[in-house]
Amino acid sequence: MTRLPITKTPKVYVGGAFIRSESVRTYPVKDATGNFFANIPQCTRKDVRNAVEAAAKAGPGWARRTAYNRGQIIYRLAEMIEARQAEMLDALTVGAALRRDSKTSAAKEIAATIDRLIYYAGWTDKYEQVLGNVNPVASPHFNFTVTEPMGIIGLLAPEEAPLLALVSLFAPAIACGNTVVALASTAQPYPAIVLGEMLATSDLPGGVVNLLTGFRKEMVPTFATHTHLRAVQGVANADERKAIKLAAADSVKRVKLSKAEESTDWFSDRAQSLYAIRDLVEFKTTWHPIGA
Amino acid sequence: MPTLTEKKSARPTARAQGRPLPELIFGDLWEFDPAPETADPRLRARYDLFIGGQFVAPASGKYFDSINPANESKLAEIAWAGAADVDAAYAAAQKAYDTVWGKMPGRERAKYIYRIARLLQDRAREFAVAETMDGGKPIKESRDFDVPMAAAHFFYHAGWADKLDYVAPGRRVAPLGVVGQVIPWNFPLLMLAWKLAPALAMGNCIVIKPAETTSITALKLAEIFQDAGLPAGVVNIVTGFGDTGAAVMGHATAAKVAFTGSTEVGKIIMRSLAGTDKRMTMELGGKAANIVFDDAPIDQAVEGVVNGIFFNQGHVCCAGSRLLVHEPIAKTFLAKLKTRLRVLRIGDPLDKNTDVGAINSKEQLGTIERLVGIGIKEGAEMFQHPCKLSAKGYYFRPTIFSNVSMSHRIAREEIFGPVLSVITFRTLDEAVEKANNTAYGLSAGVWTDKGSRILKMSTELKAGVVWANTYNKFDPTSPFGGYKESGFGREGGRQGLLDYCRLV
Repeated sequence: MTRLPITKTPKVYVGGAFIRSESVRTYPVKDATGNFFANIPQCTRKDVRNAVEAAAKAGPGWARRTAYNRGQIIYRLAEMIEARQAEMLDALTVGAALRRDSKTSAAKEIAATIDRLIYYAGWTDKYEQVLGNVNPVASPHFNFTVTEPMGIIGLLAPEEAPLLALVSLFAPAIACGNTVVALASTAQPYPAIVLGEMLATSDLPGGVVNLLTGFRKEMVPTFATHTHLRAVQGVANADERKAIKLAAADSVKRVKLSKAEESTDWFSDRAQSLYAIRDLVEFKTTWHPIGA
Repeated sequence: MPTLTEKKSARPTARAQGRPLPELIFGDLWEFDPAPETADPRLRARYDLFIGGQFVAPASGKYFDSINPANESKLAEIAWAGAADVDAAYAAAQKAYDTVWGKMPGRERAKYIYRIARLLQDRAREFAVAETMDGGKPIKESRDFDVPMAAAHFFYHAGWADKLDYVAPGRRVAPLGVVGQVIPWNFPLLMLAWKLAPALAMGNCIVIKPAETTSITALKLAEIFQDAGLPAGVVNIVTGFGDTGAAVMGHATAAKVAFTGSTEVGKIIMRSLAGTDKRMTMELGGKAANIVFDDAPIDQAVEGVVNGIFFNQGHVCCAGSRLLVHEPIAKTFLAKLKTRLRVLRIGDPLDKNTDVGAINSKEQLGTIERLVGIGIKEGAEMFQHPCKLSAKGYYFRPTIFSNVSMSHRIAREEIFGPVLSVITFRTLDEAVEKANNTAYGLSAGVWTDKGSRILKMSTELKAGVVWANTYNKFDPTSPFGGYKESGFGREGGRQGLLDYCRLV
């Protein structure tokens, strides 16, 4: 008689812990052959708020890490994924009918994801030198402009490229010292579940990246209104974009959303940029008199 | 010579409030002779809209009066632009972008912007007088700050026009097209320069609306655009009230809108554009903390705090309207501050000795009076400059509230007037907590002799500009703009330019 394997209960990674939704609701996903695979946490707006709280706790400590240290930690995350490619490969084949592609394309997505992390790991101690500067003011003052992380960033991942797009969104955010609350692909949430397990072993402090799974319509409004989220980025459809911008005005939140109706090539070199980091920092200019 | 007084006071009531002895009193013993600035502002009786390089009458034929807030006299009639005029302005801007400005090599654009800077410098005094008459700010500020700084902004940005490859390393940049801009009344010409200069350098064309109380210098600058030969339609100026502003912000042609003004109006604009893909930058309100530690150079700090809140009658979004003073020196500092406040000269903005001029409008005066009334009602202790105010014109005495707590409305809401709220703190952490405990995040001041503390404070304060041992300093090379509800985007410097282009 063959041994019955132990299946894993999918849990989302929030505040450095693996949790079920506070709602104790789940939704099923199927494997590549169309059979039941697992129940995925159906997170709610309360989970969003809890995740924001976790991100707030982690924020100051993460922002104070040296750029060198942040770079090493993001590099370590790449190492964790590289070492566990096989597991991620399986995870990428789990999901809705929209993903029927082969293992080759899953492998390509994993490779691109790892490379993307390496790209941003390298930026952590360089972007400041490119984005900031000393300003030659016409008075006897030393004046310099530096960047600072915005704070807590809300991210809405698209349905496609469930691993690569998610990582492409949060990597620039954490590279410059923000903490994030990210909503994973609804149809293909399982890669985000596995990614959480890799994040947990990557030296990344708990609460820096918080991943939620579930339905957009239940959580997107809270992403828009939560005043502690300083920015919302990612991919959204026209109705979502309008609703988010409308609600974001109440706290003058920074909104940058690409259009769900236009496809984004997440594999392209254009999907990674110093200017993705720039959209996640604030510029601070300090003046001081020069004198004896 | 200033005199040390011991026994005789011209104002016993002021003495009764417990002012310390001895002190230097200038105002009591020295009458200042009037020193009016007499340069001719060369105003027209009526200002039309500036569209497509020409002054044109508004389609509706409607005009409104621009008032001198110093004496309530009418200065000129200003055209009230309606939706049709705004349409015409956008059409002119789009045409200029498609046919001339968008195609022009950067080095040629630069020359036009340099010309504007030079012609403005030529007519600096005339513009300063016009600015002071229209807005009420002291002539020494418009003469020494607003106008030269406006010219400096054009001069600085002109040089960028042919160096745009260096704005975004690794990427090329392209103009956005036509941008819509709405600016406030506190620095009418300077805000115009902050908005126009980077947009022009990047190759955009513009429709801009000045504030209804301060349109004159914008339209005088339009004369300079004509003299400079700036191609028709590159800059279009539409004047009017909130309805005109809404039409400028909401116009379909605008690829980007830039707004400077109150957080309240900024949010309304953001909501109104929620369904569009327009880019936005917002420079909104503030409630800055000016933080004085016990080791600060006290006399310099007093000067800085006074400048921080009474500069331009406190009509400054980055005004240091909350003084956070270290408890060990609070009493001494407040006493020195009151002494310093008493020698400010309040009155005719055109007088070269005036430190605090007229409040910009009757409406704003009402807002200040209302919030000050709330401050009194909430139990804060008020000290005001004892001067007599002119019966004509809009004036408000420089005011200090002490015993203010963080929950008082005067400590939370932007007053936009010469009103300082004094709050004390014991530790650095408490100062940071109180300074950051606001929805705003535009600017902050720190006064201390300790270098490491300055850098620590600068790191901890959630504000876009931090002035250490100085306050209210501005420069075209220095990015300005806020965190949180003080807005987003920067104006000035390399950072500001990037907000007027797209990456290609």
